[in-house]
Amino acid sequence: MLAAEGLAAEEMVAETPEEEIQTAEEGGDESKAKKKEEDGPRENGLLETDYTARGTHLDVLINPDQVVRAAEILDSEGMTIEMVTGVDWIKENQFEVIYDYSYTGGELFRVVVRARVDRENPDVPTVSGVYGGANWHERETWDLLGINFVGHPQLERFLLPDDADFHPLRKDFTA
Amino acid sequence: MSVLAKSQLQETFELNIGPQHPATHGVLRIKVTMDGEYVVKAEPVLGYIHRMHEKMGENRTWAKFWPNLGRLDYLSAIAYNHGYAGLVERANSIEVPERAEYIRAITVELNRIQSHLLWFGAFVLDLGGFTPLMYAFDEREQILDLLESVTGSRLTYCYFRFGGVYNDIDDDFIAGTRAFIKRFRPQLPMYDDLVTNNVILMNRLIDIGPISAEMCRKYGATGPVLRGSGVNFDIRKNEPYGAYPEFDFDVPVYHECDSMARYKVRMDEMEQSLRIIEQALDKLPDGPVMAAKVPKMLKPAKGDYVFAVEAARGTFAMRAVSDGTNTAYRMRLRSPTYSNLSLFEEASRGMLLADALAFMGSLDLVIPEMDR
Repeated sequence: MLAAEGLAAEEMVAETPEEEIQTAEEGGDESKAKKKEEDGPRENGLLETDYTARGTHLDVLINPDQVVRAAEILDSEGMTIEMVTGVDWIKENQFEVIYDYSYTGGELFRVVVRARVDRENPDVPTVSGVYGGANWHERETWDLLGINFVGHPQLERFLLPDDADFHPLRKDFTA
Repeated sequence: MSVLAKSQLQETFELNIGPQHPATHGVLRIKVTMDGEYVVKAEPVLGYIHRMHEKMGENRTWAKFWPNLGRLDYLSAIAYNHGYAGLVERANSIEVPERAEYIRAITVELNRIQSHLLWFGAFVLDLGGFTPLMYAFDEREQILDLLESVTGSRLTYCYFRFGGVYNDIDDDFIAGTRAFIKRFRPQLPMYDDLVTNNVILMNRLIDIGPISAEMCRKYGATGPVLRGSGVNFDIRKNEPYGAYPEFDFDVPVYHECDSMARYKVRMDEMEQSLRIIEQALDKLPDGPVMAAKVPKMLKPAKGDYVFAVEAARGTFAMRAVSDGTNTAYRMRLRSPTYSNLSLFEEASRGMLLADALAFMGSLDLVIPEMDR
């Protein structure tokens, strides 16, 4: 399965030749901040995505401990947070947290920030201190997937009943 | 804030609004800590109509997810159809015929007017004015009849398909829509005379529930809430999709940041939607309404896809994670009122309870869309 995943990563690189580009919009400081050691099939770093095919402009893979710094950089650029998505990659024993940022001050520009955590110990620092809007999204992601957002002010059941003891979006969840 | 400072010293009490309260328009519960008539803290409690649409997206094929889209936002269901159609068409590189895109724009805009009309009636009803609801429902009924004739349903539309729309529009629909525009356009100035310029409404709304553009940005608020805070942002303009680049329309923006600004944005949007429908009918191209070759079993390439549309309440975005099979690995629905309501706790602090309800009404909440 890992080999297949590696293949997919290669395909993505093939689609977008410059793997670590310096975007004019975001400035050089971010790419410096994001250049990190290898982690899994895709290397950490910036990836310019094909907008017509994917719907996003910039895809950033970082370590979980960098998500707050990434949020701060995007906040200083005037971006807004659109959604936080959790994905259960059960075969790789990982959770992926995807933050969608977009720019509402002018021509739309979408930045995706993603980080992967170990499934057994899914701790990601909260960005709700930077973006108040992340509060509910992270709380929902914890509710449905059980990803633990460290430092979140209110990590309680949100959409599910208070007495629920399961996380239904996990792939090993059975009703 | 002096009210807050005072509240630290005095006794407070808790008040539950909802989940079955008429002013919440659905099963939303607000847990309010009150100091006399003032709100100290108002915490929305969600989930009373949670149906786990995102999980449903993971365990059925792409095409079988269609009916779910009509059941998220029951007032702006066609815009949600558009969001899903766009997402899957992007993932599978499906070209949509021009006529279909025009029909999509016409039905989405009719749906938007219908949604704003219901909001208008219900919102003024919240504030104690009963009659405008009757006017609004009269007009809304015309739209529901028109949409029923072409989509087959009145509320939970499942009208779009990958690569087009399910049913072509006929001459009756076009004539009916033109007649509706002719009938509805003079109503808007009448609403202004009857409701907007009414001193009671002005006193209830002006300077109530101020939301700064910065707060909107931090919370990801979109749609009329953002445009009422002076930000000129509309997905139809800023990230054009479908046939929208072909149309000439304005994005109403008000800088007052209060409930009145949000009210006026929606009232003006109805006029702009009429303009879009008129242009689309005038320029409606001939041709098929479905793409010729859409595979029965869709298997988009591995990876993530994002598509956003402007629904009646703001940005509706979808993110699908595909693992290359005929079902989505993860289906994420980003509904606009979810983000819009998340700023309520911060923005309603220190308000009079009656004002907080007026403020909540100005956010135009649809609960099934928030709870998903």
